Amino acid sequence: MDLLQLAQDVMTEARRAGADEAEVVIDSGQDFEVTVRGGRIDKLLEAGSRGLGLRVWRGDRQAMASTSDLSWIGLKDIVKDAVERLPLTDPEPEARLPDDAREPLPADGLGLFDESLSRSTADEKFQLALRAEAAALAADPRITRTDGATCATSVGERVLATSRGFAGRYRTGRAHLVATALADDEGGKKRDGNWYAVGRTLAGLGDPEAVGRIAAERAVRHLGARKVRTCEVPVIWDPQTARGLLGIVARAVSGGALWRKSSFLVEREGQAVGSPALTVIDDATAPGRPATRPFDGEGSRSRRNVVFDRGVFRTFLFDVYNARKSGRTGTANASRSAASRPGVGTSNFFVVPGEATPEELIASVSRGLYLTDLIGFGENVTTGDFSRGAAGLWIEGGRLAGPVSEVNVSGHLADMLAAISAVGNDLDFRAGIASPSLRMDRLLVSGT
Amino acid sequence: MTDATREPQAFFAQRFGIDHRVMSRVLAEALSRGGDFADLFFEHRTSSSIAFEERQVRSTSRSVDAGVGIRVVKGEATGYAYTEDLEVEAMLRAARTAANICAGGGAPPVAVGRVEIASLYPLGEPSVWAPLPAKLDLIRRADATARAHDPRVARVMLSYADELRRVAVATSDGRLAYDAQPMVRMDVTVLTESGSNRQSARDGGGGRYDLSYFDQPGHTPEDYGREAARVAVLLQEAIPAPAGTFPVVLGAGDSGVLLHEAVGHGLEADFNRKKSSNYADRVGEEVASPLCTVVDEGVVPGSRGTINVDDEGNAPTRSVLIEGGRLRGYMQDRISTSHFAVSPTGNGRRESFRCAPMPRMTNTSLLPGEAEPEEILRSVKKGLYCKSYSGGQVNISNGDFVFCVTEGYLVEEGRIVAPVKGVNLIGNGPDTLSRVSMVGNDFRLSDGKWTCGKDGQSVPVGVGMPTVLVSGITVGGTERSA
Repeated sequence: MDLLQLAQDVMTEARRAGADEAEVVIDSGQDFEVTVRGGRIDKLLEAGSRGLGLRVWRGDRQAMASTSDLSWIGLKDIVKDAVERLPLTDPEPEARLPDDAREPLPADGLGLFDESLSRSTADEKFQLALRAEAAALAADPRITRTDGATCATSVGERVLATSRGFAGRYRTGRAHLVATALADDEGGKKRDGNWYAVGRTLAGLGDPEAVGRIAAERAVRHLGARKVRTCEVPVIWDPQTARGLLGIVARAVSGGALWRKSSFLVEREGQAVGSPALTVIDDATAPGRPATRPFDGEGSRSRRNVVFDRGVFRTFLFDVYNARKSGRTGTANASRSAASRPGVGTSNFFVVPGEATPEELIASVSRGLYLTDLIGFGENVTTGDFSRGAAGLWIEGGRLAGPVSEVNVSGHLADMLAAISAVGNDLDFRAGIASPSLRMDRLLVSGT
Repeated sequence: MTDATREPQAFFAQRFGIDHRVMSRVLAEALSRGGDFADLFFEHRTSSSIAFEERQVRSTSRSVDAGVGIRVVKGEATGYAYTEDLEVEAMLRAARTAANICAGGGAPPVAVGRVEIASLYPLGEPSVWAPLPAKLDLIRRADATARAHDPRVARVMLSYADELRRVAVATSDGRLAYDAQPMVRMDVTVLTESGSNRQSARDGGGGRYDLSYFDQPGHTPEDYGREAARVAVLLQEAIPAPAGTFPVVLGAGDSGVLLHEAVGHGLEADFNRKKSSNYADRVGEEVASPLCTVVDEGVVPGSRGTINVDDEGNAPTRSVLIEGGRLRGYMQDRISTSHFAVSPTGNGRRESFRCAPMPRMTNTSLLPGEAEPEEILRSVKKGLYCKSYSGGQVNISNGDFVFCVTEGYLVEEGRIVAPVKGVNLIGNGPDTLSRVSMVGNDFRLSDGKWTCGKDGQSVPVGVGMPTVLVSGITVGGTERSA
């Protein structure tokens, strides 16, 4: 069955049932996953799946439905149910299809899919997982066991059709290799470390031994961790924790937060919020990156948006609804699954790298914290208050001294962005949101 | 309409032609290459949701998700496949894929027979089939109450969601169990504004009930609207919390989420079978203060974490995990019961047919003690009293946790002094349980709102505890001391 044709048939059915506009999205995919533990297969998963999402409109009213049942009986059922709900919904003139949906970017040049991934065998993936796990165990005598290594692949297609005449489709392929190493600390306490690689092909995962080795390093470097006394010190965020911080910034620049006034960045556009070292870009067009796509969740052609330009906050990111609610134009940042209504989402959202190596950043701090783990959800995007549980390594005289855990880092997000005094050169795109190492000159670290 | 067939056995037979003969055939295919065990998990989930904001219905949605997950177990290895296509040929294909975990051949024929199970959530009129206007009325009532509460209330957002999850589990042991699992949930988020000071708070609840749940005292839309507004207003006056290590009084009910995250996960049998938990090989040892008895019970009528049957076909139980501070046992799934040679505890759960089951919590509670809650508060010279949380995160392998407190108070000389904001509790689960120095007599189960995530799979759970004093937890506040 051709999925684009099916999408168009469902749209026709929706209009026949009484909708005057409609949009259909279909996701389909083939997933494979193999997990090894102790050198043996622990779990093997293989499946194909499909889901269809439908939005219908009459006048200014909108209703939604989704289903995994693509039988025509099942589809007619949800179309009818959605159209029947239209009169019970309040008019919402802002919730519309994009006016500017035009030709998407050509998917071919974006490097989203490589045929070799579909041809890769179960055994190749099993071998990658085995090698990653073995490398974790061999890396350090203090690694007592692993929590397994997994190699997963997924090949999928997205199809989107709207009654405004948009019809787009693209295929994606992703491979993933992850390992978790465990070490025993004093009193039997477990310390874990994990690491992963992503790619569009199995070869794109790089060296599987490196995944295991880094997982092991990340576990043993926390052995014997202590708390520290509460202090205000320079903090270096490694790329993992910097990515966590950037994820919070992504929520703060989400267009829904503008008209809801639920971001500390409301009324700060055009102002120097961050330090001049900070440039943040959202770019859905860059070939080969994890979140690249030809069009967004509503069919708008993908774009590159500068969010912070040398510290100056330039723009919130929008889908159609939130742009209209805010009286702005869209930025092609609609994101959705088949089962969800579109919302604002980032694509490749990253901090532009600077010049310094991570080693140089560490060497520049005489006494401070090298942050490697954040846990918890202690931030308030509305007020900008930030407070997170953390672990890392203490820096003494420009060198990593010893592990630190069960501490908390806190501050105000605006102050923190302004406190970024240096940006590392170690940007590594393993997920849509990515950051190099960041140095902040002063941050509150709470301990004992 | 056959979709409205209430009885799950008749529903699967009439809508998809799935009966015990089809199941036996697919199970035989799953075991065709050897394998110690196989099971089929059929699921049909209908859900509906409403989003409401600025006094407007922003969206209504309905979803159907259906399919079968097929698992083949060989030793401790699992082969898994699923399909959304419930035609027999597609199911047989998926069964052969799952069977690839084994290299052998031959399997005896499998016959399945239905087992009767007790119902902990009698199915009245499932809310997914209730008319939309009845649900919109609940939402509008909560909205009106929240708006009327205080002039500083600037924005109110509401959501309502329900589902009916019909499942059938057939195992190569010959067990066949059916269940129909209803769920309702309502959430209110209130944003208050006073000058440039913006604060938000959230309240809500639900469980395995129909819409009549929201008529019960304490669970009405008015209760939820008022409570969210009260906290959002209170936070306008909140002061930054101190940073450091202090005695912390955990309030009854929602504080159970700390127990769930920081201790409960470590007591799931898979982490202990793989020896990646702090509690591995420690059954019989002292792992908590003698005041602590911790249970997981899937049998609390109507609670969000309750199940009539787990997703491997076993009956839920009340299992004692820690008794008087001593470790008694773990929460089990199929694979771990054979590993540890113990009886099933009814904790084999999964997010959907797309996932293999794992040991998961149901309703996890710390049982009540003797102390009066007032007496516990009075005993604190300087510390915090924490009542509700927006969530937390834990390192399952060692129990290190962080929780974000959404309603908390500074306590001095045994009295509540002021609400605090920006508070994180940072600690370690086993260590925190060993520092429990008083346990109250006021046990409460949280109103159904928690969803537990593990390995990317979400399942609804319940949590509960009485008021408890922990002699010291690291508080990550934002107050800068001189």
